[in-house]
Amino acid sequence: MNSREKILAAVKKNKPSLTPFPEVKFDIEKKQINELQSDFISVLQSIQTTVKKVNSWQEIEAAILLLRQKGYYLFNAIDEIENDRSLLTNQTKVDLESLDFAFIKGAVGVSENGAIWIEDKNFVHRLLPFICKHLCLVIEADEIVSNMHEAYQCIECNETGFGVFISGPSKTADIEQSLVIGAHGALDLTVYIIENPAEKSP
Amino acid sequence: MKNKTIEHAIEAKAFGLQESRVDWHDETLWFIRNKRDKAALSVPEWELLRTYASAIKDHTLSNLNEYLMNFERQAQKNNVQVHWAYDAEEHNEIVFNILRKENITGIVKSKSMLTEECHLNQFLEQKGIQVTDTDLGERIVQLRKEAPSHIVLPAIHLKKSDVSHTFHEFLGTEKDNNDPQYLTSAARSHLRQMFLASEAALTGVNFAIAETGAIVVCTNEGNADMGVHAARVHIASMGLEKIIPTTADLGVFLRLLTRSATGQPITTYSSHYYKARPGATMHIVIVDNGRSRQLGNESFRNSLKCIRCGACLNTCPVFRRSGGHSYHYAIGGPIGSILAPNNDKSKNYDLPFASTLCGSCTNVCPVKIDLHDQLWKWRQVLMKEGYGPDSKRIMMKIMAFILAKPSLYKVAGSTARFVLQYFPFLVRIKAFNPWIINRELPAAPSISFTTWYKKNRK
Amino acid sequence: MKVGLFIPCYVDQFYPKVAIATLELLEKLGCEVVFPTNQTCCGQPMANSGFEHFSKGCNKNFIKNFEELDYIVCPSGSCTLHVKEHLHSERKVLEATHIRQHVFELTEFLVDVLQVQALDSKFPYKVGFHSSCHGQRGLHLSSMSETMTVPFSKPEYLLEMVDGIEITHTTRVDECCGFGGTFSVFEEAVSAKMGKDRIAEHEKNGVQYITGVDMSCLMHLEGILRRKQSNINVKHIAEILNGN
Repeated sequence: MNSREKILAAVKKNKPSLTPFPEVKFDIEKKQINELQSDFISVLQSIQTTVKKVNSWQEIEAAILLLRQKGYYLFNAIDEIENDRSLLTNQTKVDLESLDFAFIKGAVGVSENGAIWIEDKNFVHRLLPFICKHLCLVIEADEIVSNMHEAYQCIECNETGFGVFISGPSKTADIEQSLVIGAHGALDLTVYIIENPAEKSP
Repeated sequence: MKNKTIEHAIEAKAFGLQESRVDWHDETLWFIRNKRDKAALSVPEWELLRTYASAIKDHTLSNLNEYLMNFERQAQKNNVQVHWAYDAEEHNEIVFNILRKENITGIVKSKSMLTEECHLNQFLEQKGIQVTDTDLGERIVQLRKEAPSHIVLPAIHLKKSDVSHTFHEFLGTEKDNNDPQYLTSAARSHLRQMFLASEAALTGVNFAIAETGAIVVCTNEGNADMGVHAARVHIASMGLEKIIPTTADLGVFLRLLTRSATGQPITTYSSHYYKARPGATMHIVIVDNGRSRQLGNESFRNSLKCIRCGACLNTCPVFRRSGGHSYHYAIGGPIGSILAPNNDKSKNYDLPFASTLCGSCTNVCPVKIDLHDQLWKWRQVLMKEGYGPDSKRIMMKIMAFILAKPSLYKVAGSTARFVLQYFPFLVRIKAFNPWIINRELPAAPSISFTTWYKKNRK
Repeated sequence: MKVGLFIPCYVDQFYPKVAIATLELLEKLGCEVVFPTNQTCCGQPMANSGFEHFSKGCNKNFIKNFEELDYIVCPSGSCTLHVKEHLHSERKVLEATHIRQHVFELTEFLVDVLQVQALDSKFPYKVGFHSSCHGQRGLHLSSMSETMTVPFSKPEYLLEMVDGIEITHTTRVDECCGFGGTFSVFEEAVSAKMGKDRIAEHEKNGVQYITGVDMSCLMHLEGILRRKQSNINVKHIAEILNGN
């Protein structure tokens, strides 16, 4: 008997009698879209994230252009606008080490904890969100949900090879519990929320 | 019978000699317990979440073999190689063989208590593999050649001056510069080099999803991702109890995990690994190492529900005042004291006694493990099997004999009071009566309540 | 109402005043109290040390003394909890079950069974409340700081009926005092440190007394208070409620 068989046999023999899977149901208050957004923003701000509200993709493009003009090393993976996705495939880890900025679009934002879901099919190179110094995530205003249960209903987890919820910049408190922002991942995080132009009042 | 040299009580006493350090350790962890309370209070459905998490884990354990096989099937569909390790030694050999086959001589590691349990680092180093722990706290203790003292906060027992000293010695940082920002930057630069140079990365597993074959790893530092995505081989070590049925279940567990651990609503990164990227390979090592045995033990089965949040360590008044190293096992505190005897009774029989059974741990556990009840049950098992000092066994037997018989009890009671009143020096010998080291004994009344009752009421 | 008085062994021997206060209090509240004089110990010291298998003699004696009674009241949370959870007998199964279902800690008996609304008692002092763990987390005598539930406290509900009393709480509202039975001897260093820390919090509040439902916790705290020659005294809740 190999280890796999030994282990599975032991587990089968020792497991308790079957208990049913619980029906997970919550009576969570449904929030309005603007309340979701304000909660999302206040959580992000409390975890040292800069939040910028914009009204169009052009504003994001302008921000990216400005950074490039200032000479920053930058990759933009956002499909909705002119981007560097084709370049990213061939970047090595050494190439990316000195990367200053990365722009990535998120699929859903979670207002209870400021988390944004991004998938590798959207940012091409898996190191991109971690290796850069300054991470910029873009989320559409109507893609902000209340909590993790709702978030998981929105994403198709197994369609990609890797996905991650990112909430704030990397950090650690391992040295005498002093909070230090910027550990091994990005040193800071900026979140752009694109307001839905159709909902803007005249 | 079966005595050993490392005892929690002795280590704890040594830890306690520097009272200011104990106070600082205690207050730091209590502060984290407070943060947990605030986070829990901010979620109106908190107690319901705990109930669901507990029930999901109960269900999973009751069908664990099927879930494990499903997990393996799904992972293999994703071209992930799944290995099975019956014990710690086999786990270590599997990891080594993967590296050997790939001609890799160095590996970066993110936090994995399982690998601590298996003593993986020492094993690999003996085989000539360079191992670099990349979680900041773990890297600090690795350089100091210490074990982590807490499952979530590995360097909680160290002050920034200790870290500064270590970094000065190993990383060449400025002597006596204790600024955490400066020291963290130095670690970032140092470990970046390791990430870029490394071809293999090992991670732990917070959750393994049976439905999809995915694994989830939660970090604040981003070290798991830096390691894995810069390497061409990813090895993920997991205890077989880390399985949860579906992706949707992560909603329950991710909402509980970090709030329980540090009071944050979620870690910075909650990384979901399904497939290796093109050109790279991914391995998962499923480890038993006594878990299937614990599964079969009705008294202790619930301990397998643990999601390694550390909340029980933070709330435990004994852990806070004795430090993680006093538990002489990979994991300390209440959960460690339940897992350790299953691993090795002869080395760990003292641990279930490192507790007043106050029950605070059971209340903070996000998956409702009956921690303090299990500590009590382990005491029965271990004493019945003959572990611990014979002197204690004999004393208990005498006590039981006297207390069972009213006449003997009365004689013993009046004798005790008599001695206490007229010959107090006999009971004030520290070597025989540890009570007296820091406390006075109670005063001796002249008669017992029973005698008073017989005189005044009967 | 006929009530059996269950007195912890160390209270019988070292703190008879607590037992007398309990007896008098129950009588004042209209109970006919009987004290089975052949009771000894509930067996907790052995059981918590891992030697439950030695406590059969204690269980047998306990059942013999209390099997005829419909209510058994005890001025101790931990002893009551022990009997409730661990009193077993191979030969007297029904009697053991009956006792387990009818044993009460004093304050839970006063609140839940007697439904006391007022007490004729005066204690014009500043009193620090110590939340003994087994009573609180085991018997649910009060809510717990770890769980997100509605706050309540049976012991404090009764204390508030006492004339002139000022009740204070420590910042760490329900941290363990460190007694833990034989833990107080076998892990003496940690036990004493935990007790010292509790006392430091009460001292900050400037209390004159520390009270609680378990004399064992109070005995441990008193030991430390006497060692440092403190002016603070301990007083079991039975004595305060009885007006001693």
